[in-house]
Amino acid sequence: MLDRTQRFRRAGATAAIAIAVVTLASCGDSTGPKNKQNALRPAGKYSRQILHLTEPFFWIAVLVGLGVIGGTFFVALRFREKPGEERAVKQVHGNTILEISWTIIPALILLVMAVPTIATIFSLAKKPTGPNVVHVTVTARQWWWQFHYDDPGNGVETANELHIPIGAPISLTLQGPPACSPAPCYANGVLHSFWVPELNGKKDVVPGRKQFLKLEADKPGTYLGQCAEYCGLSHADMRLRVIAQTPADYDAWVKSQLATKTSEAALETGVNNTTYQCASCHSFKSGTAGAVAPNLAHLADRTAFAGDKYLLNYDNLWHWVYDAPGRKPMGKLVQHMPAFNQVGMSQAEAQKIACFLLTNTATNPNPPSECAGK
Amino acid sequence: MTTVEDPPAVIQAPERRIRILERPRATTGKFSWVTTVDHKKIAIMYATLALCFFVVGGIEALFIRLQLAQPDGTILSAARYNEFFTMHGTTMVFLLGMPIAAAFGNFLVPLMIGARDVAFPRLNMLGFWVFALGGLFLYSSFALGGAPDGGWFGYAPLTSTPLAAGYLPGRGTDFWTVGIIMLGIGSVATAVNFLVTILNMRAPGMTMMRMPVFVWMMLVVAFLTLFAMPPVTAALIMVFMDRNFHTNFFNAAAGGDPLMYQNLFWIFGHPEVYILILPGMGIVSEILPVFSRKPLFGYSIVVFSGIAIGFLGWGVWAHHMFTSGLGPVAVSAFGLSTMLIAIPTGVKIFNWLATVWGGAVRLRTPMLFALGFIAQFTVGGLSGVMHSIVPSDTQQTDTYFVVAHFHYVLFGGLVFAVFGGFYYWWPKVFGTMLNERMGKLNFWLMVIGFNLTFFPMHFLGFEGQPRRTYTYPSGMGWDTMNLLATIGAFIIATSVAVFIVNVIFTARRGERVSHDPWDGRTLEWSIPSPPPEYNFAVVPIVTGIDDYWHRKYTEDDEGRLVKLPAGGAVDDAEHAPAGFDPHSIHMPSPSYWPLIFAIALPIMGYGFVFKNWYLLAAGVVVAFFGLNGWAIEPSAEPEPSGTEAH
Repeated sequence: MLDRTQRFRRAGATAAIAIAVVTLASCGDSTGPKNKQNALRPAGKYSRQILHLTEPFFWIAVLVGLGVIGGTFFVALRFREKPGEERAVKQVHGNTILEISWTIIPALILLVMAVPTIATIFSLAKKPTGPNVVHVTVTARQWWWQFHYDDPGNGVETANELHIPIGAPISLTLQGPPACSPAPCYANGVLHSFWVPELNGKKDVVPGRKQFLKLEADKPGTYLGQCAEYCGLSHADMRLRVIAQTPADYDAWVKSQLATKTSEAALETGVNNTTYQCASCHSFKSGTAGAVAPNLAHLADRTAFAGDKYLLNYDNLWHWVYDAPGRKPMGKLVQHMPAFNQVGMSQAEAQKIACFLLTNTATNPNPPSECAGK
Repeated sequence: MTTVEDPPAVIQAPERRIRILERPRATTGKFSWVTTVDHKKIAIMYATLALCFFVVGGIEALFIRLQLAQPDGTILSAARYNEFFTMHGTTMVFLLGMPIAAAFGNFLVPLMIGARDVAFPRLNMLGFWVFALGGLFLYSSFALGGAPDGGWFGYAPLTSTPLAAGYLPGRGTDFWTVGIIMLGIGSVATAVNFLVTILNMRAPGMTMMRMPVFVWMMLVVAFLTLFAMPPVTAALIMVFMDRNFHTNFFNAAAGGDPLMYQNLFWIFGHPEVYILILPGMGIVSEILPVFSRKPLFGYSIVVFSGIAIGFLGWGVWAHHMFTSGLGPVAVSAFGLSTMLIAIPTGVKIFNWLATVWGGAVRLRTPMLFALGFIAQFTVGGLSGVMHSIVPSDTQQTDTYFVVAHFHYVLFGGLVFAVFGGFYYWWPKVFGTMLNERMGKLNFWLMVIGFNLTFFPMHFLGFEGQPRRTYTYPSGMGWDTMNLLATIGAFIIATSVAVFIVNVIFTARRGERVSHDPWDGRTLEWSIPSPPPEYNFAVVPIVTGIDDYWHRKYTEDDEGRLVKLPAGGAVDDAEHAPAGFDPHSIHMPSPSYWPLIFAIALPIMGYGFVFKNWYLLAAGVVVAFFGLNGWAIEPSAEPEPSGTEAH
């Protein structure tokens, strides 16, 4: 039988080991190669600015935390009364100097932290200027992201995937969907939050307001993001990706997106038909927003769809066309991609539509093998 | 039973009703719990029911953790997940946190200030029944058309957009708005009762600066509750109106402002955090001195810090909105005020450690929980200060980092304090002692489970996992930590099960302990366990802080503790002056009327939710019936001693 001291030491050691294991496991996890949504690995100057501000305070917090936790263990074990012992404890009621010092020292630490904090707040709130700034209007929909490029000569319209040039500030205007008419209709949207952790902190999308957020990426790559304000049923499936490219690649991408493709009309006639009326929600013309759903003119150039829930490939796409609410919860949303399988669409029809979408595009000349002959 | 003689003018019209629901006399037996106005019985009912809701909310949390144990989880549908996280938060805040504080406050405040009862016994009773029926009302939504699924914060316009848009289908949001308004009525009633009790009912000599810190914290909490509930009630009424009557308070298309909801909600919501944590701080401030055999270090500073936290708590609400686009000036100001609130919080922590320093520390279960509070609450406090670094907050907010933060405050802090409080005051409430061995098992399982669940969430947040998401894809690097968190959650569940077993075991064994088993300091330990209905046979005359302690001990010239030979006699009927007759103490009689008024509230609530105006009218009638009966109810005269038949 262990005595009480030993038992406590053992329990304390167990707890310490447990916490250490968790910490190590956490650290090991964070270096996972695929996570491109990591605020600890900034890929642009704004995100880096935030991490640099966080780091010193994080370590101060770790020190203070370890000090208090260590202090708690220390006072508990050092002053523990042995069984049967009656100690005549000195009755201390307080100490003014101690009280003043542990009020002033934290206040001074916080004061020191406040200066760079406020400087960073104002620096991040400053709108970028200059000829290389890219302006994009972001409209948060239920549950996907609509991107419209606002600069002269660049009217690209796309969804869930934001292409940006590296080394240039991107100025985003975040907004809710336009108010519908006539009343009563309620398509004005709800709160969302635009967040690509490796490029900047988040900013809420508030219906009725135009919010500002800037991004910048250092090097080419794909950076993941996600809606961070609860927006209902499929909040978890409202993801996005930012594809940062060299300026030359980016310019080429813009050109391809603006190119009026000969196949556009074919695309619309091929996909749209009187039964399913795709064009009543989607647009098949470059640079034109659909009524409530993503522009599909250049769908095949994207890597993911459905609020970035699915990678774009033949199988995912035809299943989506066939039964979207079965692939992503839509609930009772008034306007959403319908379950076409319930209004008579056959699997063959869905596959044919998917092939049309994947084949008829200027920049993606290689149709999926499954589409051969469809 | 004799009929009470009423003034004829009063009984004319409602005579028959009064006969039907005549003021009950029975203070024993099962039925007496329904009509009781005894603050100690009400406290036990509060604690029992709050614990039941704790278990229910905990089961919801276990389902959430099961769903997130691995990527692409399929245990819950998205709709069910959203209901569960909404009800988990709502339950833990409104049906555990606030009522458990009311439980401790009800039992302890009168005993600690040397009072025989609370100021408004029937209002107190109303508070409990509104909580009980309001909680059941909220949970009845699962069976009556869908549980709330808009989050415990219920942000407009998601919640306020009319049903027709289909954003949040079902009646859940209506149950939520009406239910929270209802629970608010109970909270305000309880707050008013505590305020007046603490300010007016103190024993002779119990000056404000001699009150135990727990009583001080309950006073601050009562003020906060009184002023925090109105703004949220206004916001919830607006949501209900927007949703059901097509008003446009938060409809941006018609010029409404969604951010107004956030301001109103957090003007309630941030003080609410202190409403939840200050009672825990009070409990810890009572436990530490007793188990260190030293007075609380810097009593007046600890009290002042609590008040300061209460005041500053009104000036930090916008730190919940740092990413909502308030502009750099506003977020700087609220960042600074948030930093400021860390100072009194830190002062409290240092004073607690200094209290234990140099003491004769007995590491019994209550003390372990109190020490656990200090360590874990500090972690939550520090991550809270990190939110005041506004740019950092734009990365952390709405991620699992925040989930980790507030669980360190509210679980690592409040829940640990509550369990410490259970172990500490159990002998006072029931006269029996919870098993120490199981208590320690309970504590260590909870420490390990809690930290395993919530510590990894700090990293999950930094690594980009947002809150309130029913699923996440694989390959994000979140899998291991989510699995650990789920394992931890089940260890927490095991520790709670150990506590329940301990309660049953202790009740079965029924071994009595003395009135003062911990060598306590405050007045509640001077009376028998469990306390008699009238609490104090002789109302004490208080001469200092920790009055009961100073009846047992004095200090020598060097400030060392010296035991007084005959100190610390129990204040019970036997030790009272000759001729003392407990029946001569006038205690308030039980009543039906607060219960009837409380029953009216869910009737009205269902009327609102289902737009059934007949039901609403019926509820109004019952409410007036209850209030009328309450208003004209005669105070029962004490029966002549010796004739008590029941």
